[in-house]
Amino acid sequence: MNKNVIEMDRDIIDPTAPLPKLEGHVSHTRFERVLRAGQFAVTTEIAPPDSADPAEVVRRADLFSGVVDAINATDGSGANCHMSSLGVCAILTKNGYSPIIQMSCRDRNRIAIQGDVLGAAAIGVGSVLCLSGDDVSVGDHPEAKPVFDLDSISLIKTIKTMRDKGQFLSGRKLDKPPSQFIGSTINPFAPPLKNRVDQLAKKIDAGAEFIQTQYCFDIEMLQSFMTQAVDKGLTERAFILVGTGPLASARTARWLRKNIPGIHIPDAIVDRLEGAENPRLEGRKICIELMARIKEIEGVKGVHVMAYKQEIHVKSIILESKVLGDRQPWARSNPKVFRN
Amino acid sequence: MYKVRLWCIKRSRLLETVYLVTKPAIVLGLNAAKKVFGRFLDRPVIVVERSIKGFLFDCQMCGDCVLSKTGMSCPMNCPKNIRNGPCGGVRENGMCEVKPDMLCVWVGAWDGASRMKDGGGIGNLQPALDHRSKGTSSWLKLTEKRSGDE
Repeated sequence: MNKNVIEMDRDIIDPTAPLPKLEGHVSHTRFERVLRAGQFAVTTEIAPPDSADPAEVVRRADLFSGVVDAINATDGSGANCHMSSLGVCAILTKNGYSPIIQMSCRDRNRIAIQGDVLGAAAIGVGSVLCLSGDDVSVGDHPEAKPVFDLDSISLIKTIKTMRDKGQFLSGRKLDKPPSQFIGSTINPFAPPLKNRVDQLAKKIDAGAEFIQTQYCFDIEMLQSFMTQAVDKGLTERAFILVGTGPLASARTARWLRKNIPGIHIPDAIVDRLEGAENPRLEGRKICIELMARIKEIEGVKGVHVMAYKQEIHVKSIILESKVLGDRQPWARSNPKVFRN
Repeated sequence: MYKVRLWCIKRSRLLETVYLVTKPAIVLGLNAAKKVFGRFLDRPVIVVERSIKGFLFDCQMCGDCVLSKTGMSCPMNCPKNIRNGPCGGVRENGMCEVKPDMLCVWVGAWDGASRMKDGGGIGNLQPALDHRSKGTSSWLKLTEKRSGDE
């Protein structure tokens, strides 16, 4: 039977079933298809609820329907306790979304993590983002035991070993290896600035195939980082998506700068928010402008929109930035829209 | 000691030379002593190693020393124990996000490595640590390896 027929059958029977894995792809995800097809990808993140209600996850995800190619499910971000990323991803997958499961090294050792990698693959989660994770001291359970058995790079390597060699870190064979698109993060805006590109190279050497960066508010810094990455040939080996998001006010910007290490916001942006009549609107305008400029930078393959507590504006920000061109990503209300 | 630790990063090239010059002699000496004392050698070597490396690098005795690959900055002092760092939370002044009074271990590591002859080793991927090694001697481990690979 020809492949297209199977594909059509699946669309009719169950629009949420995994797509067939294409030649040269490592996963079955739409996200990987969009990137490998050379399209400018857009991802965002969902804030997992403090709730056991699956409908709440769907409600939050539906805000992004039709404008993003994948949704990151954060893993206890800021070291605060929320619904697990695996749980969120299970609900997203069931509803047809293409989730990226975030895996932090803070809460689980290599036994738990490898188990979750298999579990995620089994329920159809085809993209995974490896991070070290925020320290427990900044979250709502500072008395918890930090694990950090692996670091982000050994985690990337672990998942790659499972996928490509079909074995656990221990060497024990897997009956069916997971097939996941492996990603990680990079922060081009934090010291040691001249070595961030070396750190990126290390992550790609370990097996990272896509990269999502920290918030970018400084185009010059991003430009300099991307130039180095292009010169080293790194943008040919991994897809880099640049982080972006709207700031609510000058006060928020200052708070972020002071309290969230690793976030760099130039004074010019803070001043612009300060002087604005409607800071929230101005924050979104800045984000839209930045996105359009980020898209023009050589080597950038997409944007990752992080809009904590401003999720309802994500759709309009993405549409107004025009980074999608005339492409419309998959929408839950109209599953057949996607066909690249 | 924190100040000594910072001094060591600044003198990474010197310490690298000392390490490379003395390593063969130490390995030879330890090998000879091992033949005489066997397992009884472990305890005293651990005590000596802990005192010297503890003073110089705030060594945590992880049992799998990578100092020569991390610019003479011990990664086990990173609150997240990152052996392939840094993380994304380094403060704008280069200090650790968890301990604001401590220079990020990996800012120090890349700095130290930039002065070393064989500093490129910092680009090597470090595998996940074997936690069973904690408290054991990295020096004795050197005697078990074949010449030249550390």
